[in-house]
Amino acid sequence: MFIGAIGCEPLQLRRVHLEHSRSLDVYRRNGGYEALKQVLDGMTPDAVINEVKKSALRGRGGAGFPTGMKWSFVPKDSPKARYVVCNADESEPGTFKDRYLMERDPHMLIEGMLIAAYALGARVNYIYTRGEYRYLINIMDEALDEARKANLLGEKILGTNFSCEIYTHTGAGAYICGEETALLSSLEGMRGHPRMKPPFPAVSGLYACPTVVNNVETLTAVPDIIKMGGEAYQKLGTEKSGGTKLWSVSGHVKRPGVYELPMGYDDMEKFIMEDCQGIAGGRQLKAVIPGGSSVYIMPASDILGKDVRMDYEGLVVAGSMVGSGGFMVMDGTVDVFETTKNLTEFYKHESCGWCTPCREGTDWLVKVFKRIADGEGRPEDAQLLLDICDNIEGKSFCPLGDAASWPIQSAIKKFPEDFKRHLLPLVAGAKEDAALSMV
Amino acid sequence: MSQQFLPDNPLPQEAKVPEEIARFSPAVEAEIDGHLAKYPPERRRSAMLPLMFIVQRERGWLDKPGVAYIANRLGVRITDVWETATFYSMIYTKPAGKYHVQICKTLSCKIMGAGNITEHCAQRLGIKPGETSADGKFTLSEVECLGSCGTAPMLQVGFDFHENLTTEKVDEILDACARGDYKFAVKVR
Ligand SMILES: Cc1cc2nc3c(=O)[nH]c(=O)nc-3n(C[C@H](O)[C@H](O)[C@H](O)COP(=O)(O)O)c2cc1C
Ligand code: SF4
Ligand code: FES
Repeated sequence: MFIGAIGCEPLQLRRVHLEHSRSLDVYRRNGGYEALKQVLDGMTPDAVINEVKKSALRGRGGAGFPTGMKWSFVPKDSPKARYVVCNADESEPGTFKDRYLMERDPHMLIEGMLIAAYALGARVNYIYTRGEYRYLINIMDEALDEARKANLLGEKILGTNFSCEIYTHTGAGAYICGEETALLSSLEGMRGHPRMKPPFPAVSGLYACPTVVNNVETLTAVPDIIKMGGEAYQKLGTEKSGGTKLWSVSGHVKRPGVYELPMGYDDMEKFIMEDCQGIAGGRQLKAVIPGGSSVYIMPASDILGKDVRMDYEGLVVAGSMVGSGGFMVMDGTVDVFETTKNLTEFYKHESCGWCTPCREGTDWLVKVFKRIADGEGRPEDAQLLLDICDNIEGKSFCPLGDAASWPIQSAIKKFPEDFKRHLLPLVAGAKEDAALSMV
Repeated sequence: MSQQFLPDNPLPQEAKVPEEIARFSPAVEAEIDGHLAKYPPERRRSAMLPLMFIVQRERGWLDKPGVAYIANRLGVRITDVWETATFYSMIYTKPAGKYHVQICKTLSCKIMGAGNITEHCAQRLGIKPGETSADGKFTLSEVECLGSCGTAPMLQVGFDFHENLTTEKVDEILDACARGDYKFAVKVR
């Protein structure tokens, strides 16, 4: 698997190939903890937030919310404790970038969290990692111990008045705990149900205290923003989304991997055909889901020859979204009906059960998909799927319901033939009478 | 709605404390203290999941004495522990096999041949996904994306990742488990 940068100097990935890249020593010899020193040497918390604002960094967890703005929502005068919580739940199908950042460069995350904690006045902070990534929790614990011994963590860090702790915390197998409010419920030892927003976590989050939840890749960008300055970081990307972005590439490409691209990389076709070395086995590109399973599927015809720009605006124009950057490539052997069924089963399994549209809706969707797959699909079933989606989308308590609807809506719209193929035999074949009587 | 259904209301009677409570060695108790120290004292409940994983490591699954222990240690009701436990797929409220073979079935793995791997495992172990072998050695599960999509297909044994699988690789892993000399690389701490 490839891990590296294309179209720019590696930034977040610049240490991943060094020997012992996880160790504090290697991290420090390669520029590590310089940004923290710079911050503690006389930057005010506001100055730090200002640099992050200038960097045009947008959250890498999926929603793309401007990070500097999020940080500035934390009330300055609150008498309550404040928390920075790192979202390392990484469970969006097709996404595996955070895993390699933590595995290869854990101190970069620690430094990013320390700077965030300084800016927000947080004393105790948590890294919430999905339970299946237990080995990463162990790696982070070792790195945190190393940092503690070097006085980079704990009381009076590096001889200053800044004291700060970071602890790891484990999830236990629930995709919904990646949603920030569900994550906080889970961190409080509860079932991972999302909470009503507002109040947003920045005002009332962990233990009802002001809390910033940020993705791993967002926090690991922070040391470089401080070191090079917000403006220089922004210039690596576009005006509206600064810096570089990690794309987790999987599926039918010759060279899957974690690719660091400048935000606004100019052409998705070139990315697939050249950077990822094209489709394996010389087959044809059929479809791409570019941003994790919760975004619209793109047919090859919307990519080839279309100069799709890889950033937030570019992907919306092209009919999809950046999401988590989980870039799944499918060749001509794939049946989009099957892939959509697969993803719908995922959402049904992961629906937390809190609200009716999503809990019941995803269950019905799977039932209809199964019926069609078993050769008992009714001619009106494609429309039925769309109707159920319509009853989930925008009517569920959290965005998981929307996320379950989008793959189906886009798949039926963009690949109607793959659905028709499963319904047609009924009309023409043996069960014709039964099918027609139901219309 | 009548008062007694409000969630913060205390139970009308003392919850019955089961006779049996799990006991652990001083070393494990110290480990548990370490987890509790991470959270504000009045927010001990936060240590719920970390403690469940330790109980599972020590006892194989979250059994009743284990639940009673956690309730006791966190100062919550038995039902609070069950309430949380039943939400999470990695918390075993039934005994699981010593080797929990978990095959990812989500999109990227599926299109890279996860189906063959599952079939192969099921055939070799003589159990279907969701089942535990009669000797209690193996549990076979199909799970959702584990973040190895670029190195698909994949499976986990316990917490160990095995990636870029072929049926030969699967055989090596299962053989080692069957012989009893499979070494778990990743442990709960
Ligand atoms: C169903 C669902 C699952 C999510 N899963 C993740 C996840 O695994 N990791 C993550 O960082 N954000 C995830 N998010 C986004 C978080 O809610 C939140 O927006 C993010 O952690 C904020 O961090 P950022 O601003 O740095 O992106 C998920 C959101 C939803 C609705
Ligand atoms: S939309 Fe689904 S996941 Fe979100 S609260 Fe409702 S049931 Fe839970
Ligand atoms: S789809 Fe199998 S690990 Fe992600």
